[in-house]
Amino acid sequence: MKPLLEELPELARPRSVGTKVRRREDARLLTGQATHVGDMHLPDMLHVAMVRSPFAHARIVSIDLDVARTAEGVVGVYTSSDLDGKVSAFVESAREDLSPKLAELVDIEVKSLPMSVFASDRVFWVGQPVAAVVATDPYLAEDAVALIDVDYDPLPSLVDVEGALEEGAQVLHPELGNNVHSHLLVECGDVDRALAGAEHRLRERLEIGRQISSAIEPRGVLATFDGSELTIWATNTKPHLVRTIVSRMLDLPADRVRFVSPDMGGSFGGGIFSEEILIPFLATELQRPVRWIEDRRENLLATSHGRDQIHDVEIGFQGDGTVVALRDRYLMDTGAYNTYAVTVPYNTVAHMRSQYRIDHFSVDGTVVVTTKAPAVPVRGAGRPEATFVIERSMDMVARELGLDRAEVRRRNLIRPEEMPYDMGIPYRDTVRMTYEPADFPAQLEAALEAFDYEGWLERQRVARAEGRRIGIGIAAFVEGSGHGPFEDAIVRVDEGGRVTVISGARPHGQGHETMLSQVVADQLGMDPENVIVRTGDTSLLPDGRGSFASRTAVMAGNAAAMAAAKLRQKILRAAGEMLDADPDELTLRDGSIFRGASDAVLALRQVAVSAAPGPTSQRPPGDGEGLVETHHFVPPTATFGSGTHVVAVEVDGETGGVRILDYITVDECGTMLNPTIVEGQVHGGVAHGIGNALLEEAVYDEDGQPLTTTYMDYLLPTTMDVPPIRVGHQTFPSDRNPLGAKGVGEGGAVAAPAAVISAVEDALGPGAVRLTRIPLGPERIVGAIRKADAGTDPSRRVDG
Amino acid sequence: MNGQEIALEVNGNVVRGTPEARKTLADFLREDVGLTGTHLGCEHGVCGACTVLIDGRSVRSCLILAVQTEGHVVQTVEGMAQPDGSLHPLQEAFSEHHGLQCGFCTAGFLMAAAELLDENPHPDEREVREALSGNLCRCTGYVNIVKAVLDAADRMRLE
Repeated sequence: MKPLLEELPELARPRSVGTKVRRREDARLLTGQATHVGDMHLPDMLHVAMVRSPFAHARIVSIDLDVARTAEGVVGVYTSSDLDGKVSAFVESAREDLSPKLAELVDIEVKSLPMSVFASDRVFWVGQPVAAVVATDPYLAEDAVALIDVDYDPLPSLVDVEGALEEGAQVLHPELGNNVHSHLLVECGDVDRALAGAEHRLRERLEIGRQISSAIEPRGVLATFDGSELTIWATNTKPHLVRTIVSRMLDLPADRVRFVSPDMGGSFGGGIFSEEILIPFLATELQRPVRWIEDRRENLLATSHGRDQIHDVEIGFQGDGTVVALRDRYLMDTGAYNTYAVTVPYNTVAHMRSQYRIDHFSVDGTVVVTTKAPAVPVRGAGRPEATFVIERSMDMVARELGLDRAEVRRRNLIRPEEMPYDMGIPYRDTVRMTYEPADFPAQLEAALEAFDYEGWLERQRVARAEGRRIGIGIAAFVEGSGHGPFEDAIVRVDEGGRVTVISGARPHGQGHETMLSQVVADQLGMDPENVIVRTGDTSLLPDGRGSFASRTAVMAGNAAAMAAAKLRQKILRAAGEMLDADPDELTLRDGSIFRGASDAVLALRQVAVSAAPGPTSQRPPGDGEGLVETHHFVPPTATFGSGTHVVAVEVDGETGGVRILDYITVDECGTMLNPTIVEGQVHGGVAHGIGNALLEEAVYDEDGQPLTTTYMDYLLPTTMDVPPIRVGHQTFPSDRNPLGAKGVGEGGAVAAPAAVISAVEDALGPGAVRLTRIPLGPERIVGAIRKADAGTDPSRRVDG
Repeated sequence: MNGQEIALEVNGNVVRGTPEARKTLADFLREDVGLTGTHLGCEHGVCGACTVLIDGRSVRSCLILAVQTEGHVVQTVEGMAQPDGSLHPLQEAFSEHHGLQCGFCTAGFLMAAAELLDENPHPDEREVREALSGNLCRCTGYVNIVKAVLDAADRMRLE
């Protein structure tokens, strides 16, 4: 790997970074003063309600809009034909981040399947947008939706991912040639030979159901157009990408499209959706502010579905429990479209070996289209699926050999002396995937000790003797984050000496404003509360990427820190010019310039006034602008955080209910910029993972009708499902970015499903059943108990 | 659209309006009264984000019509802090314990917790969890919310 950041200024020693600074975001959020899209009111604002397909697959015969057009309050009704020639089709948004070089390194195919804003002649999933009503009032817009008569000719649905690949299956999108959207094959070592030579071989089918991001704030988009400039406020985490795509699809100059980020109530994965194009388009058409706010049914029907993978894994291992080879073939049901190319499938491949040394490895992944809602990255984005596969595999080895499950992991963990460890495959950014220094075995031991593993084994023995079903689960994970491609920041000082950071970050709950104020404050020797933070406004920053994929601490954090470090040097140069002093003799602290050990010799605001361009400027030659610096941060490759979860559960044999008795994590995310925020991210991730393990599934019936379109059916975990979570830490600062940070936003959700399922399986008795699917749900647990009581459930051995 | 005249008390002020009969209290508060701190997460009574207090009892403002609140006393998150801006002990504790992340569900939690502490100033962890079990949060895992409510109870007892 090339040396990092050699030309960059050294960072000042942290004062605020690493401390539990209280969040500046809280005051407005706690008092009802925050501004979400739904809270905004612009004069003459119009409201949109969507007409969505009630069929999984159907031909649209006709759409009768006449009655709706004359309904009270209706300003316009729009369908596909109204967008013809004015709005181009979506291309895969993740292509923006997919290097063509990846296809030279691994066997990968991604077909093009543009998605249009509205269905035109055919609908492909229940919930697909077909038409939109614009009215003066949201109630009236919804009234008019009921007056639109769409005549559908239903076609057969396609909900079985394996059936979609069978010979003779209907081809949903003829332009694909079959029902495969993408395919990848990533290998290293010689998996056939290693499997053949292994002392034991097991295979298993493992399934991860379809799950929904389900932020508590429904999506929303507001747009206004003044005849030349389009402004968009939306619940999207990628401001600059939305600007670019809207500019492209509506054929407007990028600098005539402005995305502004209002407060946003979570995300947990997502993408760019029809409404984010449609509402800006309607604003340009009607030349009035237009707003759409999603309701929960729409959210569960059509927004941010994900996961939905079926794996056939085979592992080869020795009698001591050492895994020598892993081969996996998997299918991912992407629904009707795949706007994310191989983002999720490649994450699944890259994270499948987690913390373990398995040098012979082959994964063949196929992304299949069906008549379900299009899949997008959901918190973890392919990693929970991979972690489920590898951790189930470790449990299979333990079960087959009669070994302790912690011991099997111990024997397979990559050891600290093997770091940096070459995983033998490229990461998605095309750089050879290499773990940075870390100590996985110490992490496991720390987690087991904090959990009191021996004590729980004893409590389990006692409980079993009393007929209670207590189980212990273990799961480790690795979380690649911050792989780029870039993030930008501007830091500047105004003539009053006040500091502002402008970042491409797009906060939606992670305390980014607080974090950015900390990293900038440290470089400029000031208190974080005095740093003004502006984020997510494309008019303030020429380019940026936003907040997703656990990237913001690494990407936006370092961009801001570097811009601030460069600004510190510039300030000292300007002060040196004023004082006729060597900048190296000067320091900047608490808004003043100090020379050697003397008292303050200049105020920062004096330097700012003096350095401002103009005839009175005293800035040094070469420093053409005033006190402003920009940094475009590009990391050399991803950085890899990790963690280990250990959990104890008790299963109620009658009801199948699972109670979590204790939950411990030990996390490693490099330098913790704000430990309070880190712990909050872990808590939330674990809760998400518990929901994914036990409660959450987007269920479709055989006709492709979704059955989980309310919160009574799609169950998020509550206070009664999530236990107190104990969080421990290891710290190995990343050497791939100046702050030493690693992402931590998803890890909790990555490991928790595997850990919880492992614990439930253990609770049902040693070797009694094999639990191979998430989510589990009480009915599946009761079924498993019956199976366990009826006899053993043998491992699936592979002969030869 | 035919409105119906109503008068109610919101956060200590008399509010008059003419909402359509079908308008929910949540929409009335947000659109007609301009109090957007009450949020809508599901509009079918599960997520609890829109929880307000009516005559001191927690109610899903998405499931009640504005016209049903004629003559009643409604409290929303905007009424929690003192007029001088000093925060309610629950708000203080939520901030101190990082009991909120995106903050979208927070108003509902604060309202539900306020009702709990009014009825039971000495709740234990189990009671806090039960009282908040009708409110969904996707960010925090509830760990710090529960901590914050227990701490706020302590603070309020000392006051």
